[in-house]
Amino acid sequence: MTEQGLPGLPSPPALRAHGPAVAAAKARCWGAFYFAEQVLRVMKNYGWSILMYSVGQPVAYLFAMGVGLATLVDGQGAAAFGGVSYLTFIAPALLVSAAVMTAANEFTFPVMAGFKWRRTYFGPHASPLTPAQIAAGHIMAVTLRLLLQSAVYFAAVALFGAAPSGGAWAGILVATLAGLAFGLPLMAYSASITEDKGQFALVMRLIVMPLFLFSGTFFPLDTLPLAVRWIGWISPIWHGTELGRVASYGYQEPPLLTLVHVAVLAALAVAGWVLTRRRFAARLGQ
Amino acid sequence: MHNEAILPAGTRAGSPPPRGTVIAAENLTKRYGDVVAVDGISFTVPAGESFGLLGPNGAGKSTTMKMIGGVTGRTSGSLNIMGLDPDSSGPEVRAHLGVVPQQDNLDEELRVRDNLIVYGRYFGLPMSYLRPKADELLEFAQLTDKAKSKVDALSGGMKRRLTIARSLINEPHILLLDEPTTGLDPQARHVLWDRLFRLKEQGVTLILTTHYMDEAEQLCDRLIVVDKGRIMAEGSPARLIREHSTREVVELRFGSERNATIGAELDGIGERLEVLPDRVLIYADDGEGALEQVASRGLRPLTSLVRRSSLEDVFLRLTGRSLVD
Repeated sequence: MTEQGLPGLPSPPALRAHGPAVAAAKARCWGAFYFAEQVLRVMKNYGWSILMYSVGQPVAYLFAMGVGLATLVDGQGAAAFGGVSYLTFIAPALLVSAAVMTAANEFTFPVMAGFKWRRTYFGPHASPLTPAQIAAGHIMAVTLRLLLQSAVYFAAVALFGAAPSGGAWAGILVATLAGLAFGLPLMAYSASITEDKGQFALVMRLIVMPLFLFSGTFFPLDTLPLAVRWIGWISPIWHGTELGRVASYGYQEPPLLTLVHVAVLAALAVAGWVLTRRRFAARLGQ
Repeated sequence: MHNEAILPAGTRAGSPPPRGTVIAAENLTKRYGDVVAVDGISFTVPAGESFGLLGPNGAGKSTTMKMIGGVTGRTSGSLNIMGLDPDSSGPEVRAHLGVVPQQDNLDEELRVRDNLIVYGRYFGLPMSYLRPKADELLEFAQLTDKAKSKVDALSGGMKRRLTIARSLINEPHILLLDEPTTGLDPQARHVLWDRLFRLKEQGVTLILTTHYMDEAEQLCDRLIVVDKGRIMAEGSPARLIREHSTREVVELRFGSERNATIGAELDGIGERLEVLPDRVLIYADDGEGALEQVASRGLRPLTSLVRRSSLEDVFLRLTGRSLVD
């Protein structure tokens, strides 16, 4: 990207921006990346708290569950959890839940800030970027954060010896996908809110928390009565967790079900993205 | 991501604008449901001109600016910016523009200089250009010593100057300014006017909305007065004053109780008489002469003032004195 003159040649020409046609062509091609760069720059301001959260949360949970709770649970015999230790059983669930919770934060308040509180989407919208690119840039930056956070989390899980399978690292991708499957439909909702009446707090308490508790996270889903088992079936956390267990310790389930997990997560993410694009275009183009 | 098809210049908006015309609008209309925000306005702006849109709140100025800025579509009519239709070539149109919105939308979580650099990235500009350019623009906006400050810490005038600096990062030939000095103190306004005047001298086409008449007189070569989505008048400030007002205005105060009844006694003086609750205005080409006539009828106002007609007189005449919410 340097435009320095070669040694021995006259000094470089006066500072000139490339023309509008070049700017527009570049923006059409790379616009989403340009906006992702902005989101990442803002995240960098919170770099320390993001890092502490990414490292601190898994360590705390793995200690509490794996060292504390597990001493009680493992005494009951490992058969209840498919022949693995309790820590190994819950590690994929914790990994997925952490990604979903981060996504729930990144796709709510910052979206509201972009449209209303700080109006940070409107500046780029006056530039060659399109609303769809602004949405995509935000999504790409958060995806990167989910990947990094999940990688750190996975490293902690591996250090605790709770990721026995060679393909267990695929849990990083599964967690990221689950985060998007939950986060993108939520982003579309966030983009449609014009007034903050505490909706996001309700989402956290009435959706994220129940999903976290009833998605086969701390005990297999089929130990729950049928009346609440459906929560797991529609939950991205359950689909992600089951998928993560297959990767992490070779959890046995019908291969078709594994495909269903992937399909449900991908479908939620894609549908959320499409709806988000529409909401962004409608709202910015008013 | 490529949801806006690239069309060659002028394919949708009819023939490309004549040489030297940077903006051409014809019958431009925007409706929001049943509300007509912009009702069939037509104008052209030649390159290098400083063109103003004046009008009360809700007149359709900002909607017109958003359509020119290629961020909102039109309902009907044609619009051509640098030979391009913003509805089909949004990114291409926006790449030509610098935009100063009515409401600042700086990135308050980034530092002052980073706001310029990040914005330049949206135009695909390389860092080797952006770093020195950001410094140059900070100098221009008199913000060099604030380069590393948080945006939160800036005053309203500084934020406005930073927004203008940001709009110049891509070296646009057209600058859209939506109420650039609203809410600023007189010092900050004068600094801004000076900066805008320099840009005009460099050949940048300025399109601005304002409801400060002195600002319009200072900055605009030509302007349109818009009310209820329609153009009420068009011309240079001097021409508008000539056509819609007299050369001078006499302002008389008789005390609020007498003002209302004095009208009949002043009848026939000057070209036009306007009785307001607090004062009486006589529109006349010879203000001193009109004042003498007042005295000769034995009327003794508490205060009297003869002044030149201003754009404000034209504006109030065309758009009325009632409040618009």
